[in-house]
Amino acid sequence: MLTEPFVKKYLTEHYGDDAFHTLAGYERAGGFEGLKAAFTRKPDEVIDVVKQSGLRGRGGAGFGTGLKWSFMPKTSDRVKVLVCNGDESEPGSFKDRIIMERGPFQILEGLLIAAWATGAGKSYIYVRGEYKLPIERLRKAVAEMYVRGYLGRGVMGKKGFDHDIVVHSGAGAYICGEETGLLESLEGKKGQPRKKPPFPAQSGAFGLPTTVNNIETFAHVPYILARGVPWFRGFGTEKSPGTTIFGVSGHVERPGLFELPLGTPLSEIIQHAGGVRRGHSIKAVIPGGMSMPVLPPSQLDVKMAEEFLSERGTHLGTGGVMVMDDTTCLVRAMCVIGYFFRDESCGQCTQCREGTGWVHKICERIEAGRGRASDMDLLASIPGMMEGQTICAFADAAAWPLQAMLKHFRGEFEDHIVRGGCSFPESFEL
Amino acid sequence: MKPETRRKIEELYPLYPHKRGALLPAIYLVQEEHGYVSPEAARELAELFALKPVEVWEVLSFYNMFYTEPQGRHHVYVCTNLPCSLRGARTMLKGIEKHLGIHSGETTSDGRVTLGHEECLGSCGTAPMMRVDGRYCENLDLEKALRIVDELE
Repeated sequence: MLTEPFVKKYLTEHYGDDAFHTLAGYERAGGFEGLKAAFTRKPDEVIDVVKQSGLRGRGGAGFGTGLKWSFMPKTSDRVKVLVCNGDESEPGSFKDRIIMERGPFQILEGLLIAAWATGAGKSYIYVRGEYKLPIERLRKAVAEMYVRGYLGRGVMGKKGFDHDIVVHSGAGAYICGEETGLLESLEGKKGQPRKKPPFPAQSGAFGLPTTVNNIETFAHVPYILARGVPWFRGFGTEKSPGTTIFGVSGHVERPGLFELPLGTPLSEIIQHAGGVRRGHSIKAVIPGGMSMPVLPPSQLDVKMAEEFLSERGTHLGTGGVMVMDDTTCLVRAMCVIGYFFRDESCGQCTQCREGTGWVHKICERIEAGRGRASDMDLLASIPGMMEGQTICAFADAAAWPLQAMLKHFRGEFEDHIVRGGCSFPESFEL
Repeated sequence: MKPETRRKIEELYPLYPHKRGALLPAIYLVQEEHGYVSPEAARELAELFALKPVEVWEVLSFYNMFYTEPQGRHHVYVCTNLPCSLRGARTMLKGIEKHLGIHSGETTSDGRVTLGHEECLGSCGTAPMMRVDGRYCENLDLEKALRIVDELE
């Protein structure tokens, strides 16, 4: 089980309470106030509240949650579906896991509020297969809710409002975190992303109107309904309200999770994690999970919200902060990153299947001292051939880290080629 | 497959609008019974789901957690993605390889342990770590990891 967050606000407030993952414990801590508040409003009003709150998806893309909900058809003769994306696989991200482990009812309450707002009759929570304890906790929580009348026919005695939730286990594939790859996988197929349109709201899971949100996104919803928009907007920035659970990993004294307002400076988040390893200095930081462009130490003053990060050429992603100190060979880091994307490319688009392989292969030979003078131009030409050329955003995510590495640390790659090998003896082993 | 496994699979159908939604959970049930999915079991699954055998096989071969070959009695998977690597995961994996006398991806000759490495397991704050038979073992070093590996029957 994960260590409870070192800094807490509303979302993780009760994560030190061992009973919070049970229905009794959740109710004792004031659970289901958000759902009760939602029931006092019409479904459209609930969507409006979520829109006004400015809540943005916490799965990486940062899309407006209320707006997404409003895409669901108002009337449908078919059942509408909610999908909760618990396929957390972005390297450096481990926040959804702790929500599933410690606060499963926050997710389930958020789903019920979304179901009330959108008229969905069924929810699937798709959790990556490796997350055994989170799956167990969610299944137990769902079972408890059926027993107590929070699920099934007439949720909490509300006539005509029926809802079912199924917890579905993935089976080990990063691409199933992409929403249409997830839907394919949920349907019992290879998790290869779909061409859009049609978008999920028109034709999603099993061809039914579907809304997909991330675990953390759903978990924020009950608090917005229970405590109101002004309260929620009291955290974070104008464009990115609320808190998020930042994960800090790599070369810091105290890696872990920290719930902080969006817009908290990157340097402050790293300080919460005890700062860089003693006796070392920071060389590079990936701010939002491995797909996001790396930043040099001169950029650590950046506020961690999408509107500020995009000005610096990177993104918030999932808020997974990866710190690399001065011992780190960044060509080696790029070999690890390159291997990951090569291994996880689903293979259906040539640009991605071939491009990820090329990046990995070229970085490996540079690191091994077999780099060619022409490799720099070759490497630099690859991202442009991948980004925006494929069915899903995986190729973009694979292109960005390389692009940023070359932008900020090109000299280190060139140095490897000129010297015929690596000159970072203290770096992590490959 | 045992009649009981078949019954458990059939119980999954109503959870999904199309029966095929139950395929991934069904594969897990077959694996629970045999430890892996043989070509014969895949054909049985295909029949049960009214699919062509290749449609089951392409699903099996797409996902890391499905096995089409017999496995060791225990699975030990070390996360070697960047956050874990920065904290020594690859050095730890090499130490486990040396200790067991096998490479990542292989099984010990007595069939006790299948060793492997995996991409990010969502445990970056407690790195390095490994997944042992589905259980997360976190905040490791080589010594702790070897103790865990040696305790496996």
